[in-house]
Amino acid sequence: MKGSLIIVGFFLLGMGAGRWCGLPSDWPLADVSFITLCALMACVGFSVGHDPDTLARFRALNPGLALLPLCTIVGTLAGCAAASLLTPHSAAEGMAVGAGFGYYSLSSILITGSKGAALGTVALISNIIREIITLLCAPLLARWFGTLAPIAAGGATTADTTLPVIIRSSGNDMAVVSIYHGFVVDFSVPFLVTFLCSL
Amino acid sequence: MFIVIGFMLAGIAAGYLLRRCRVRGLSQAVTALIWLLLFLLGWEVGSNRQLMAALPRLGGEALLLSTAGTLGSVLAAWALWTVMRRKAGKGGGR
Repeated sequence: MKGSLIIVGFFLLGMGAGRWCGLPSDWPLADVSFITLCALMACVGFSVGHDPDTLARFRALNPGLALLPLCTIVGTLAGCAAASLLTPHSAAEGMAVGAGFGYYSLSSILITGSKGAALGTVALISNIIREIITLLCAPLLARWFGTLAPIAAGGATTADTTLPVIIRSSGNDMAVVSIYHGFVVDFSVPFLVTFLCSL
Repeated sequence: MFIVIGFMLAGIAAGYLLRRCRVRGLSQAVTALIWLLLFLLGWEVGSNRQLMAALPRLGGEALLLSTAGTLGSVLAAWALWTVMRRKAGKGGGR
């Protein structure tokens, strides 16, 4: 819990810095974020490769885990369809927002294109929140809903941005499942969002 | 995303090759990098004026949809986990 609070603290600190200092035009923030992410992934990969038990645990994985991306997609769409009843949007629009699965850049662009900037902004914020929920709550989700829960919550981001926290709360042996899950869900985003926007 | 995964694969290879060496401070490095990444994400959100202005108006709907979607997926994963554990049952494996 303390770790999560520190992470929120850093996020809020960054928000404050961005709010008051703006975006320095000569300082490519996106590139710095990307390099940081690459460094993080290299460290995470190193710890996975360095652990001699990883391969053995990978072989012992249950083939039923292949169904996890399907669970994530069906569960997300059902939740969003139900929640859309409380918003001014239709069920299909709610599901289109949910079908970003945390992949906020692509889904918000697709939705802005076919449904307008308002729903596109909802998609952007909603999918950023999903990523943040996963980053902050992964340990709690694993404790309450089992080892697979942080992976399902991470949606399309489990192969990169949320992988480190997932490994931390679900264990090193879940790294392969998490990457597989991230790939499958990631590829579903453009198809599902486009389809749901056409309804 | 492929570049990011390439970095991880390179890390796995390096970790595997150096598996006999003791490496210190790796988990601290991971923690520090996660903090930095969240700080930068916050900076990106905070410096986007359109996003900051839209937050109170559209944020509620977004929060509702993301919470419901995350909850739905987590419940489905919990169901899969429960079924898998029941099947594994006596075997005791994952």
